[in-house]
Order: sequence, then structure tokens, then C-alpha cells
Amino acid sequence: MKITINGNTIEAKEGQTILQAALANGIYIPHLCYHEKVGAAGKCRACVVEVEGMRGLQTSCSVQLRDGMVINSVSQNVVNAQKLVIDLMLSSGTHDCLACEQNGNCELQDAAYFLGIERASVQYGEIDREFDTSSEFIYVERNKCISCGRCVAACNNTVVNQVLDFGHRGHHTEIVFDTDLPMGESSCVQCGECSQMCPVGAIVDRNAIGKGRTWELKKVETVCPYCGVGCKLELHVDERTNKIVKVKGVEDAPTNNGMLCVKGRYGFDFVGHPERLTTPLIKENGEFREASWEEAIELVATKLSGIKEQYGPDTIMALASAKVTNEENYTFQKLIRAAIGTNNIDHCARL
Amino acid sequence: MTNDIKGMKDSDVALIIGSDTSEAHPVISARIKQAVKEGRTKLIVIDPKRIKMADHATIYACQRPGTDVAVLNGMMHLILKNGWEDKEFVASRVEPESFEALKAEVEKFTPEYVEQISGIPAKTLEEIAELFGKAKVAALYYAMGITQHTTGVDNVRSTANLQMLCGNMGVSGGGVNPLRGQSNVQGACDLGGLPVVYTGYQQVVNPDVHAKMEKFWEVKLNLKAGMPMTVAFDKAYEGEMKAFYIMGENPMISDPDLHHAEEALKKLDFLVVEDIFLTETAKLADVVLPATTYAEKDGTFTNTERRVQILNKAVCAPGSAKHDWEIHQMLANKMGLNWNYKNAEEIFSEIAAVTPSYAGMSYERLGRNGLHWPCPAADHPGTPVLHVGKFSKGLGTMFAIPFKAPAEMPDEEYPTYLTTGRILQHFHTGTMSRKSAGLNNLAGPHVMISVEDAERIGVKNSENVKVTTRRGSITTKAFITKRIPKGTAYVPFHFWEAPANILTNNALDPIAKIPEYKVCACKLEKA
Repeated sequence: MKITINGNTIEAKEGQTILQAALANGIYIPHLCYHEKVGAAGKCRACVVEVEGMRGLQTSCSVQLRDGMVINSVSQNVVNAQKLVIDLMLSSGTHDCLACEQNGNCELQDAAYFLGIERASVQYGEIDREFDTSSEFIYVERNKCISCGRCVAACNNTVVNQVLDFGHRGHHTEIVFDTDLPMGESSCVQCGECSQMCPVGAIVDRNAIGKGRTWELKKVETVCPYCGVGCKLELHVDERTNKIVKVKGVEDAPTNNGMLCVKGRYGFDFVGHPERLTTPLIKENGEFREASWEEAIELVATKLSGIKEQYGPDTIMALASAKVTNEENYTFQKLIRAAIGTNNIDHCARL
Repeated sequence: MTNDIKGMKDSDVALIIGSDTSEAHPVISARIKQAVKEGRTKLIVIDPKRIKMADHATIYACQRPGTDVAVLNGMMHLILKNGWEDKEFVASRVEPESFEALKAEVEKFTPEYVEQISGIPAKTLEEIAELFGKAKVAALYYAMGITQHTTGVDNVRSTANLQMLCGNMGVSGGGVNPLRGQSNVQGACDLGGLPVVYTGYQQVVNPDVHAKMEKFWEVKLNLKAGMPMTVAFDKAYEGEMKAFYIMGENPMISDPDLHHAEEALKKLDFLVVEDIFLTETAKLADVVLPATTYAEKDGTFTNTERRVQILNKAVCAPGSAKHDWEIHQMLANKMGLNWNYKNAEEIFSEIAAVTPSYAGMSYERLGRNGLHWPCPAADHPGTPVLHVGKFSKGLGTMFAIPFKAPAEMPDEEYPTYLTTGRILQHFHTGTMSRKSAGLNNLAGPHVMISVEDAERIGVKNSENVKVTTRRGSITTKAFITKRIPKGTAYVPFHFWEAPANILTNNALDPIAKIPEYKVCACKLEKA
């Protein structure tokens, strides 16, 4: 179908909302509670637009397209309304960007930038909700929460862990864990889906705080090293220190749609761990000593060849690995079969 | 998995038997929970432990460990008795004599008989059979709870019997779906990390395959099948093996009956370990070769749904650690071969050239989302669902499978079932996950026991319990939970401080040679 946005006619798909069609065509409309994965909530009202033939402003995240629809997302009326919404959000919390973990990756900041809002026009007096630092991997700063509900939808409908919800009433409404327990004492399994979905700096990955801003970090897509689901990871790497700073799930990955578990998202310490092996080791008189690659390879080749000569290749056993790549398993079995001459190769698939 | 992850939302019923899905495969558990929450799928959970997935299930049944064949035969008994089987599928896709044999075998598995064996009330089994049997499309998910038994092969065949009987093969939302437990365990199998096959399950003893591989690699190859690791450990213990070369594995935590495994490794003339840390196994080695982690390399993993996906290097390896393939190349060349791989992609091209199921794949085609094998040609889209319209062997074979008890059952001296497995916060032998202070803070070693057993031996939560079997004993903290039935204890196997595999039985399945980690007999005492 064809629709018109801001005077331009664009192609849209049946079943899309105004917001989805606009975003798909590179037209930005501020939005905070909507996310592709958790769907429309029609809650934050940042995405309002005018639609010809419809009375008043419409939330573009919840209005389904009709053929020939004429939409305006930039009229003065619309922009005034969007500005008011974002202005009030900025007023309702401590949205200070300087040391915020989400700086540069914050959807509230994006909306303020788009609308040209330098600072909130009013400031509420009492913004002193407690920080929740009880969780091992997730840091919750409710003063930055805009009550968009994305984390609540993510926890209940995406990963279906059913820990987060809105609690309390009116002005005091805030996200709570179970029966308003500290996050670390709740039934939360720390999958981090809430932090992945949070559009602002209210729920962030604790171990990444202060370790690098988004534009300083290289993003590399790869595959999780733990179980066999094959979740796609986006590693955020500080190239200066050669360290992984944080891990996000890849949203459009068919295996995990951005979801991860506590290990895949937060269990990467082993990569840069000080106990990593850095050089070959040879045991002499019951003690290991460091060796060069030349010496180690020479020794292994000589020993294995000697045993093969003396006792036959089938007295040698090789264990391949369920944690290395296909390529490395291939070269390993080729080495064992072609160089040593035995089919004694197995791995821990059974264990 | 015969089926893919995407199709999980298409099931009318999902049966989880022998998989603690939310602990061991959390993201797949989320998919199943989503499907249940959206109202499309009804969930059945059968497990000795009341796993968290049971909270989302329409029916949960607590079985005694090691009774899967009886339970599945019981379901098939009721499905046949009530005519809920897929008659068209059985008539057109299953060998008729094998179906007759199955029918005759399951005849005696009445709900009452199954109740005696499994402890599942007859009425509950009837409800399960009805829900499953009447479903248009039903998926079956399992993990090591089905396979790690002396009847592992029988158990797997029983799951296949059930899914063929109900016509759930070759359709989205159906299938026999073993959830693979390690990032590239599927790939390690696919790439010939098994004693009887080259890549793509090409048989080592097949003369045509043998000739093809000799020509392709330009070397003489051994036509004799190799031995599985569990057997090699026994032979090493008897002094018949001279050397082990272990890459990225830690049998000193993961093998059954660890005392026996350690003795076996100590009897070798030469042990090489290639790994990222000085693991419990590497400490016993003569030479240790430092390798790289997933984040330091390019390459591919094949996941549980047979999807081959690309890894990209993100950080540099520490010190002089090398990629495993680089180490293999140095060794191969030192031993007289002439290898010249420059990168992982070149190796992958060779894999595609010699492996029919990967033949149509290249890094370019894999792109960001990968491809499912079999992908036999460059224009083939890959195969998310296996066995559509036809089994690769033609007609499917059902197996008549009698019930056999586990190798070691509780008795007067060791009155409690011991079963082992994983927990969410840790992975396998802990080489990777236990390096995280945060994960260690979240979960440490423990034994899960029932409230009744805790009262019987007089321990409170977090007090020490001594768990003893015929192989050895460990002392660890009690985790008292209503999720464990009376008479059963559950020990996660990740922890060197209290290694579950000191306790486990190395009795093997006669065909798969898989140890019976999921059942043995133990005694619990206050420590």
C-alpha cells in the first residue's frame, strides 16, 4: 500500500503501524515505550502524529496503516506535543548525561537532540529514589527510569521470567522485582534482557560502568561459547586495553532475538583472565617450565612419532573439543588420522 | 534437533523429558515459555526434579530416575489403545513389521504397570497420553536426561518411536529435539571428532569413503574404527594406551568415576593438553599448549538446530597463545605433512569440499545468520526441518524396546537415587564460567535434597552433607528444596571442590558408550 508522510509518498506493508513504516523508511519519530520486540504500549506518547481524517493527535506506534493514509510528524502542533512529552520526562528524573552509561546510546537523549531540547524546563524537587546495587551483574537507577515499561514487557513476555512489574501508585509508581525486593534478593536470574531493552540509563550492566562509552568501543558479532543454542553476541571491545567491556544479544539473530542468559551476557571474564596460558609448558621432574613453541612442538611430534613406531598408532587416543570451532576440529581429526594414523578420536559429546 | 528454533512456536504441545531447559538452555526455554504464554502451546514436563519449566506446564509428572522407556512405552500404549496415532504417517512412512513389533512390545505397558516402574500415577500418564496423542503437532525436547543412561540408545529410540507414531516428524513445530549442551558439540560431531566417522558422518570403515579420503588428503589412512573415549580410559587404566592428546576438554571433572580416570591418565607414557587454562587435566600433562578463546578467533560453530554460524575475532590472544588450527598445522608439518592454511576460511572451504552436508556452504553464504545443514549445493537454502516427506533412509524404523532398570539401583546400604546435571550459572567443567567472580557469587557447589531427606538426616539449609557412593564421597552444602522428591539427590557437576563425578557410575550404554550419570545409588549423611 501507499501512504504519505510529511508530503512524501512511501510504500508500506499491510499490518504495519505508522511508526514501523516511518522507521523502515528512515523517518525518525521520537518513541520510547515502543520496541520492535516488546511491541506497542501506547504509553509514553512521544510518538504522536497527525493523521488526516482522525481527530486529535495519534500515537503512531499503535495506529495501523490504511492505504492512502496521510500523516504529518513534523507540524508545529505535533512537535509542540512531542516536546512537551520529552520535556516532562527529562523533568521527572535525574537525566544527567555526563557520566551516564547510556550516553550516546540513549533513546531519550536521541529524542531531546532531535527536538532541540537543551534542558528540562521544570525540575521536580524530590528525586531521590534509592539505587539498587544488590544484583551481581545489573545496576538499577530508578531516578533515570521513565516508566516506559519495556523492561516489564521484556521480563514477562519475552524471556517470561516474570520478575519485573510496576509497583506502587500514581507519582510513586516504579518498577519492582517480585514483591518489591532488592533485585539481588528477588527471583531474577540475571539474563539482562531488561538492561538490553532499557532505552535510558535506568537498568545497565554493572560491570561495564565507567569502562568506555559506546562510541569508543568496537562492536563485533560472534557466537556464544557456552551451551549449544548458538546465541549471537555483540561484543563491545575496548581496543586500547584489548578487553571485552560488555556483551549485548544481537536483536535480529534468528537463534536468540537479542536474548541471552547470565553466562553468555556476563560470564566473559575468562577471556582476559590473568590465569590464561600464554606460553607452552613442559613438565620436568614433576614441575612445569615455560618453553618455546619450537621446543614444545618438536617434543610432541617426536614423542607421538616414537610411540606410533614402537607400539602402533592405535595406542594413541585424541580428544577433540565441543568448545573449539569446526575448522579446529577438522584440522585436529585430520592431524590424528593423517599424521598419526589412528581413528582413536572422540570428544565429550556424551559427558 | 530434527527441527529448528524458529518453528518452536508452531507446536500445539511440547513435551520436555530429561532436560532442565531453563538451567541448561535458557534461551530455548524462553522460546517455549513464550509459546505457552501466547496460548498456542501446551507444555508437558516429565522429570525426576520439579524443574522450573514445570511451573509453566499443563501437566508435570515426577518419574523415578532411569524409567524413560517405561514412560514412553506407556504413552504409546495409551495412544494406540485410543486410536490417537497418526495412521496415515505410520502406514506411509514406517516399516510395517517394525510398527507391529513396537505394538506388541508396548501392549504390556499399561498405566498401572508403568506406575509401578516410574512412580507416575496411572491417571497422570493417561492425561499426558491424551494431551500429546490428540495434538495436531507436538514437539519432543530432551537433553542428557535421556541419553546419559545405560539405556541411552533405548531412550532415544523410544522418543523417535513416539514421534513417528504420532506423525510429528518432518513438520514445523514437531520433531525429536535433543538440545545440544556445548557451543560446538554438534560441530565436533559433524567434523569427524568421533572414532567411527570422518566429516559429515562418512563411515571410517566404508572402503569408498576410505579411498576418497586417502585421495583427498594424499596420505594412507587407517581403515579400522577407533575407540570411544570412555573405552580408551578403561584401556589406559589397564596400561594398553601409551599417549593421549586432549584439546579443550577437561575429563578430570567431566568423566565418570574420577579416581579411575586419574589413575588411567597417570599410567600413560605421554599426555598432551591443548587448552586456555591449566585445567585439572592439564596439570597431569607432560606438555601443555596454550590456545585461544572464542573471542580471539574467526571460525564457525554449529548449533543445536544444525545452523552453522560465523565467529569473528574481537580481541587479541594473550602472550604467544595460538589458535588450535595453527598448533595442528605446526605439528602436522613437523610430522612430515605439508599444510599451508592461512586462515579459518580456507579450512572451511576444504571442509565444504569433502563434506556432503556442508558442501553448499561458504563464509560468504553463511553471512550473519548462517545456514542449516544439510546444505548440499551452492544454491541449496539449507534444511531447517529434517525428514520432510521422507526419511533419508527411506521408511522409518521403529524399535520394540523392553524396559531395563539402571545399572545401579538404591539398596539398603545406598538407599537414595543420585542424579547429576547442570545449573544455570555455570557451564560444564567450569573452566570458563568459574573464572567469573560474579557467577561464583551466584552459585557454588551443593547437593539438592528433599525436605523429607533433610529432616531424616538432620541437616538444615547450607549445612554440610556427605554424599557417598560405591566409588567415593564428597562433602558439600545442602540445598533443601521442594523441587526434589524424597529419595533423590541432585549434584551439579561443575565444581572441583565437590566433584559430582567422584560419585558417578561408569557403567556404559552398550552401543553409545555413554556413562550412566543420571542414575546411581548414594547415601546421605550429615557431615
